[in-house]
Amino acid sequence: MAHGHANTAGASHGTVKSYVIGFILSVILTVIPFGLLMFPNTLTPSVVLTIILVLAVVQILVHLVYFLHMNSSSEQSWNVMAFVFTVLIIAIVVIGSLWIMFHLNHNMMRH
Amino acid sequence: MSSQTLKTQHAHAEEHEHHHDAEGTKIFGFWIYLMTDCILFATIFATYAVLGTSFAGGPTGKDIFELDYVLGETFLLLFSSITYGMAMIAQHNGNKSAVLKWLAVTFLFGLGFIVMEINEFQHLIHEGYGPDRSGFLSAFFALVGTHGLHVTCGLIWMAVLMAQISSKGLTTTNNTRLMCLSLFWHFLDIVWICVFTVVYLMGVL
Repeated sequence: MAHGHANTAGASHGTVKSYVIGFILSVILTVIPFGLLMFPNTLTPSVVLTIILVLAVVQILVHLVYFLHMNSSSEQSWNVMAFVFTVLIIAIVVIGSLWIMFHLNHNMMRH
Repeated sequence: MSSQTLKTQHAHAEEHEHHHDAEGTKIFGFWIYLMTDCILFATIFATYAVLGTSFAGGPTGKDIFELDYVLGETFLLLFSSITYGMAMIAQHNGNKSAVLKWLAVTFLFGLGFIVMEINEFQHLIHEGYGPDRSGFLSAFFALVGTHGLHVTCGLIWMAVLMAQISSKGLTTTNNTRLMCLSLFWHFLDIVWICVFTVVYLMGVL
């Protein structure tokens, strides 16, 4: 008897196709930002910065969907809920730290 | 014969249902752990973002980062992600030898990544650019080192799990462990995307 099918709650399985799609998308989303910085081009640094940040976010989403199999099914709703909460905490920690430290630096410099 | 099979199937279905809940709870618990680990990494990223320009007259990211080397490390992790995926599919099909084969391949890719990272650290420290050189390098070693430590733990876990699977087979318990390690391994790849973007790519920008 196949005991191999026991775990579906909490996380679901992928297929060869979904892993290959995820892999190819990841390769593309990795090669573009590295290529932009490794080879000379006419883009300004702020444009390059925007592109690499956007591609990083897209690649994180690709990994979440194709490798970690996050989706909107009811089985996954608590996983997604915990994830969204974590993203909120991360945003508060990172943006809050940067905001405070930037202002601290700024004020210290002036006096 | 057929009623016997039906009975067995029924018993299995009940067992299946029972395990389903318990195993699902374990996996969800592991997911919560990963979320707390995300917050750990977020605090280290915030520290890096604050200290990242405190060079103290030492080297900047432009001076010490070699992007082709980092691209190599990135591809090793990416390959290890898809090979772990293949191990999960083999587990789903109940193919024990294929699971062990793919786990071994994943292990080698992960080991290659760690060897490259240790080599990079050793090279930097040898040049005099250790974590004590500047705030930037302290934050760099703390962030990249924490990720490396996680990958090392993942490798130890993978080796233990391979021994477990080869001696006990694809039992329900082992399958749950395999699923948790899968989440852990793919999660580390996601953290690495943030590392190479924020540290290496933005460092040479």
